[in-house]
Amino acid sequence: MASLETLQQLVPQVRRDILRMVHQVNSGHPGGSLGCAEFFVTLYNHVMEYSTDFDMDGKNEDLFFLSNGHISPVFYSTLARSGFFPVAELATFRKLDSRLQGHPTTHEGLPGVRIASGSLGQGMSVAIGAAETKKLNGDAHTVYSLHGDGELQEGQNWEAILYAGAKGIDNLISTIDYNKQQIDGSTDDVLPLGDLRPKLETFGWVVIEVEKGNDLESVVKGMEAAKAASGKQKPVAVLLHTVMGNGVDFMMHTHAWHGKAPNDEQLATGLAQNEETLGDY
Amino acid sequence: MGLKEYTFTEKIDTRSGFGVGLAELGETNPDVVALCADLTGSLKMNAFKDANPERFFQIGIAEANMMGIAAGMTIGGKIPFTGTFANFSTGRVYDQIRQSIAYSHKNVKICASHAGVTLGEDGATHQILEDLGLMKMLPGMTVINTCDFEQTRKATHAIAAHNGPVYLRFGRPAVPNFTSDLPFEIGKGILLQEGTDVTLVATGHLVWEALEAAKVLHEQGISAEVINIHTIKPLDDALILQSVKKTGAVVSCEEHNYLGGLGESIARVLAMQHPTPQEFIATQDTFGESGTPAQLMEKYGLNTAAIVRKSQAVIARKA
Repeated sequence: MASLETLQQLVPQVRRDILRMVHQVNSGHPGGSLGCAEFFVTLYNHVMEYSTDFDMDGKNEDLFFLSNGHISPVFYSTLARSGFFPVAELATFRKLDSRLQGHPTTHEGLPGVRIASGSLGQGMSVAIGAAETKKLNGDAHTVYSLHGDGELQEGQNWEAILYAGAKGIDNLISTIDYNKQQIDGSTDDVLPLGDLRPKLETFGWVVIEVEKGNDLESVVKGMEAAKAASGKQKPVAVLLHTVMGNGVDFMMHTHAWHGKAPNDEQLATGLAQNEETLGDY
Repeated sequence: MGLKEYTFTEKIDTRSGFGVGLAELGETNPDVVALCADLTGSLKMNAFKDANPERFFQIGIAEANMMGIAAGMTIGGKIPFTGTFANFSTGRVYDQIRQSIAYSHKNVKICASHAGVTLGEDGATHQILEDLGLMKMLPGMTVINTCDFEQTRKATHAIAAHNGPVYLRFGRPAVPNFTSDLPFEIGKGILLQEGTDVTLVATGHLVWEALEAAKVLHEQGISAEVINIHTIKPLDDALILQSVKKTGAVVSCEEHNYLGGLGESIARVLAMQHPTPQEFIATQDTFGESGTPAQLMEKYGLNTAAIVRKSQAVIARKA
């Protein structure tokens, strides 16, 4: 497990990677990616047990599934900086013949990715399947997944939430990126999600709430609490309260940067707010 | 040229062949798991379930979730077989199959019963006639439509041994079980009857009808070659071309819309390699309706009599 200091060094570097990747191809999704930088850094450097010698079956290691695949920049940056593939490959993001497709896929064989995602609402079912197989294999490791809050408007999630609760899938920890923003506006404007905590609890889940989802210490504590709550006949949900666009002041607290790249000037502003700690790709 | 005789001791549904095959796999292959969306009895999955309760997953009426769980279960080495009606196995969950199974190249076996109009009285909501097209358009998907109990049983074994996503289509009505002595290999068509005047290429429930049509045509002095294509994709181009080059006419026979089905796959091969007159035994871009299977096969032109008529018509079109 990495120290808090190490995590603190990683976060601004991951943010720089995100900004530079989407700027380079003038496309991609910086908002949600930035909001989840602390989560990804914590998950891959403090929480999960895994091998970077990637094997699709992932036996005897923890697994992660990204359901809201559009935040691929933060996923790719974290995988590269965790040793799954060379950091230099981040420069190929969204370009022809790249393994770093716009949305994550197994099709090009990128190490660290176990399912395609992008069409929303499918990842929790996949994570449940992987968790069921771990149980059949007598593998005590945990399956993690991440979902957008707006993504919960997709009905398949509620099939999965019902199933996991009813069947007691207790080796599953599903995190909801609770930034309350989606493409067309706030989730309250588009289609209010209501109170997620009691909804999930009613479906048989343990809910861990992380009020400061962009504070590393809070994320570390929250994920440790989630791990401690797992293995007790119930699936675990983490409601991770984040700020879309976190770490770049003009991108914060708005849905405007959900799927829009910064121009040259905006990139410079964003990079100036995030120190190059580990070397840009 | 004399006709080969095909005999059967019983009529039995193809779905029962799936159920027996799956139960056999339960004994021989510990990686096989089965998932069902509240149709265990209809899919004949009870034998597997009773013998392997820890490897049977009742998902409830939630087919999208079932496809995703199946995709996830492959991660760690399981071979998931999903079971529900063909409509709910394809159209209802197309995007889940496309992204989580086909694009992600997961080793999921999508097993679909009650395909086509022979579902009968339930009517068009359940009688999918578009599933072969939907599935064959997905890159990397193997698509199989079996013709009787024994072929379905063998196919169930074959797809477990095959690495990659598969759509296995079968049905509800009791049909002659005649392929016990025939081999089954994915992608290899079966030459059932040799002939010289017309090639009947049939899949699924239309195979027996095509054999019966060949008998009627024989009495009329028309020599029909009969090929069973159980694997719609990848298609056995070579077997079809070899036959058509000899006969110069083809009738494709399937319980599916003519758009997107086996007939179109054959037409593509012929258009590119050996343009040949072709007639289609298939539904004509229409939905089905309630009725008995026999009534529906008659009304929608999917039986022996229809194959005979189209054979005569295509022979008349030969240059």
